[in-house]
Amino acid sequence: MNGVIFPSPLPRREFLKTGGALVIGLSLRGAIIDARAAQDAAGVGMRGAVAGPPDPKQIDTWLAIHSDNTATVYIGYVELGQGSTTSLLQISAEELDLDMSQVSTVRLDTNITPNQGGTYSSSSIARGSSAIRTAAAEARQALLEMASKKMGAPLERLTVSKGVVTVGAMGGESQSVTYGELIGNQLFLLAFTGTAPVKPVSEYKLVGSSPLRNDIPEKVSGHYVYLQHVRLPGMLHGRIVRPRGQTAYGSGARVASLDERSIAHIPGARVLRKADFVGVVAEREWDAVRAARDLRITWETPAVLPGNDGLYDRMRSEKTSDRVVLERGDVDHAFGGAAHVASGHYRGAYQAHAPFAPNGALADVTPDRALVICSTQDVYATRNTLSGILGLPQQKVRVQYYEGSGTYGHSCYDDAAQAAAILSQLAGQPVRLQFMRWDEHGWDLYGPAHVGEVRAAADAAGKIVAYQYDGWHHNWSAVETSAQLALGTPAAEWRDGAAQMVNPSDCGGMYEIPNVRLVNHHVSGMNYLRGAWLRSPLDLAFSFASEQTIDDLARQAGVDPYQFRRRNITNERWMGVLDQVAKASGWQPRPPASQSSDGKVRTGRGIALGTHLTSYGGAVAFVEVNRETGKVLVKRLYGAIDAGLAVNPAFIENQISGQLVQTASRMLLEEVRFNKTNVTSLDWNSYPILRFEECPEVFPMVVQRLDQRSTGAGEEVMAAAAGAIGCAFFDATGVHMPEFPMTPDRVLAALGRA
Amino acid sequence: MSTEIQIRVNERIHSVTADPDTPLLYVLINDLELQGPRFGCGLAQCGSCSVLVNGTETRSCVTPVSAVAGRSVVTLEGLPAWYAQQKKLAKVPALHPVQQALIDEQALQCGYCFNGMIIQAAELLSRTSQPTEAQIRTAMNGHLCRCGSYPRVIRAIQRASRAMKSEIENTSDDTLAQQVQALEVAR
Repeated sequence: MNGVIFPSPLPRREFLKTGGALVIGLSLRGAIIDARAAQDAAGVGMRGAVAGPPDPKQIDTWLAIHSDNTATVYIGYVELGQGSTTSLLQISAEELDLDMSQVSTVRLDTNITPNQGGTYSSSSIARGSSAIRTAAAEARQALLEMASKKMGAPLERLTVSKGVVTVGAMGGESQSVTYGELIGNQLFLLAFTGTAPVKPVSEYKLVGSSPLRNDIPEKVSGHYVYLQHVRLPGMLHGRIVRPRGQTAYGSGARVASLDERSIAHIPGARVLRKADFVGVVAEREWDAVRAARDLRITWETPAVLPGNDGLYDRMRSEKTSDRVVLERGDVDHAFGGAAHVASGHYRGAYQAHAPFAPNGALADVTPDRALVICSTQDVYATRNTLSGILGLPQQKVRVQYYEGSGTYGHSCYDDAAQAAAILSQLAGQPVRLQFMRWDEHGWDLYGPAHVGEVRAAADAAGKIVAYQYDGWHHNWSAVETSAQLALGTPAAEWRDGAAQMVNPSDCGGMYEIPNVRLVNHHVSGMNYLRGAWLRSPLDLAFSFASEQTIDDLARQAGVDPYQFRRRNITNERWMGVLDQVAKASGWQPRPPASQSSDGKVRTGRGIALGTHLTSYGGAVAFVEVNRETGKVLVKRLYGAIDAGLAVNPAFIENQISGQLVQTASRMLLEEVRFNKTNVTSLDWNSYPILRFEECPEVFPMVVQRLDQRSTGAGEEVMAAAAGAIGCAFFDATGVHMPEFPMTPDRVLAALGRA
Repeated sequence: MSTEIQIRVNERIHSVTADPDTPLLYVLINDLELQGPRFGCGLAQCGSCSVLVNGTETRSCVTPVSAVAGRSVVTLEGLPAWYAQQKKLAKVPALHPVQQALIDEQALQCGYCFNGMIIQAAELLSRTSQPTEAQIRTAMNGHLCRCGSYPRVIRAIQRASRAMKSEIENTSDDTLAQQVQALEVAR
């Protein structure tokens, strides 16, 4: 099999009967884009045949109407189990006056779907909805003009329902025509001007309602095609071979010795190597797994990591490049005269994306072109990088997206795509690469560790008058491991982005504070672990530190933490989520729990605010702290998000629910362990996450704001929940929890019992 | 060395040529092209590869294919038929009640772990038809979900348990009153 495979409606499976045994014949399992896309490629001509991105200034780029009166909407955002695909279809169906059953979409593909940028920062609805909404409105306008001409009736007499355009009866016969009859399977060939009027919110029928997610039935029946199900004809199974657990970023790992004969006992298995990039391929998957396991290889791994024990001290003692993110008023002066001053030092661990399915990718690379199928959050960015690695022009590289398991940010998907492409190029055959669990856990780009030092001051009336946050962390790693090992690409870091600042929205930004200073102390990422954005990046650490400090001030001022926050908020949207969680959790002022209980197991509650970039998150946590064992349990979590217009409130509730559980997991359990040479968190035992038995009860809430622009909802309550858990610990014990995850040893140390 | 091995999967006999040590998972996904069981860790830690072997939830990623010879393997694909056989239903339903309940609760996010969730929940309900919440949490504790869907999975199992109860009551004594009551409970 050579060259790029274009989607075609081949039968999913063909069994050839040979000699009594069932042998699988040519199979394009999963590697078929939805039948409708194939039909489209035939019916609408060139779609999919040439490299994208398609011209965003054409209506045809965004949608196609089929002769059966259905529509395909082309979306530049990936489905990650958050339901955003269904939400974007809701928006399109709303503007087109179609039913949900009449709209569908296709998987992302650099030859088919528009380039809307990556699926980051909960942006699908916030950034993606505008183009899709206006394109749908403009298509509807064009369709109505066609209908008007065809039926000889003026536009104002036309009505549309479910894609059927009707000209009113008015005593005579009513006449109608469907979208499918008007343009089915033909191109609009119209410029997308963005000028068609969109529906007023008051006329919404679908947006703001909660139709069910369209991917769930196939996901429970087992018919949904995940990346891990896709196969290519003539492919080999591949595995990468690396040191168990990543080595220091920037210091690399070098092959010291490699004995290819050590896998001679495995039929058909062979070693593929490019510099320090090593992989194995075999026809049968188990043979590839065994070959990777049995290959005798030794590595040079420099002992330059700080290890968990030396991490925070090294971060704080490094020479950093400092940047004042925000300076307002006269902070030093305000601290000087304040009635109450609180301060604290806080630390947060490296945490892993740990997608439930390790990443993988399929690649078919020939001397003049490449097809790579993977789970990237940004098909066009991945294509750019692959083009450089393979030495092929971008237009000769096609990247297709298939959903893997949830990724929660930049996990190893690009690394896996590059590794598969390199293996296929070396093998001269299509290769399906599957990372093993230790590859994914061990070579992840972790959410960076963080050190935060906070000071805040309030006046005698309980008004916050000064606030300072100093944060230390490194930035995201800019080069994937495969590129480093195979090509020697030097390690580099991002120069901007969320990790180049302390987030003003989390660090006091919800409160009215006249004097504020926020300082980012950028630690160089060399000789630390690899880093990337992990769902609500760094925000959990910011809020954990900041909101405990706010609670400290409230206690000094003798004011209930909820009332203290109300006193310092003027923004009605922050107030909205705060009131929502307080009300739902039955919050009543009372003295701190630590003053009234002295049992072995103490309970406490906390209330906090936080977000990522936009939207507003509020949370209340109820925890139990066992003072003898140091064990902390989160019993209940309330979370509210105001994300403006909630297109599908039920999806957001599901997102909040997941965010609350994941936050409990990250605050109580999750920490990447490493020594001076390697990461040692390589599976679910060495990197435990929350399980059923300790899962809190969760109460998700959406504050609907029909009059506000839609903003992100995939991560914005996590910071608040992290803060609330920290504050609940403070309420229960009377001491601050300086570090997460809140493991028993740290809890006992905080309680002075270690 | 590869040999020919016969295995019974979803009530059909399949003949495969594989090394006897090959984990069952790789035979199911590559030779039989099934999509229910799936790779998650290869270490029996997460549950994404779960199947039923003679009715018991089993991690196929660490079970050699040779170990299931002569035993009955049921995957997600065969679960509705297995359920119909268990309950002596006249017709195989499209979905096992747990699958339907997961749709009704919109319990999934990415859904990758749900093969194991469904297999384990089906096993639980086949042994304990009316489990308490604590029993559900204990039975499901070996199945991980990175998206945090646990609370909705618990609700879905409770819902499936009620649905199965009403189904059985309806078949034994099909009075209108009972049907109405069952419907109310299911809501």
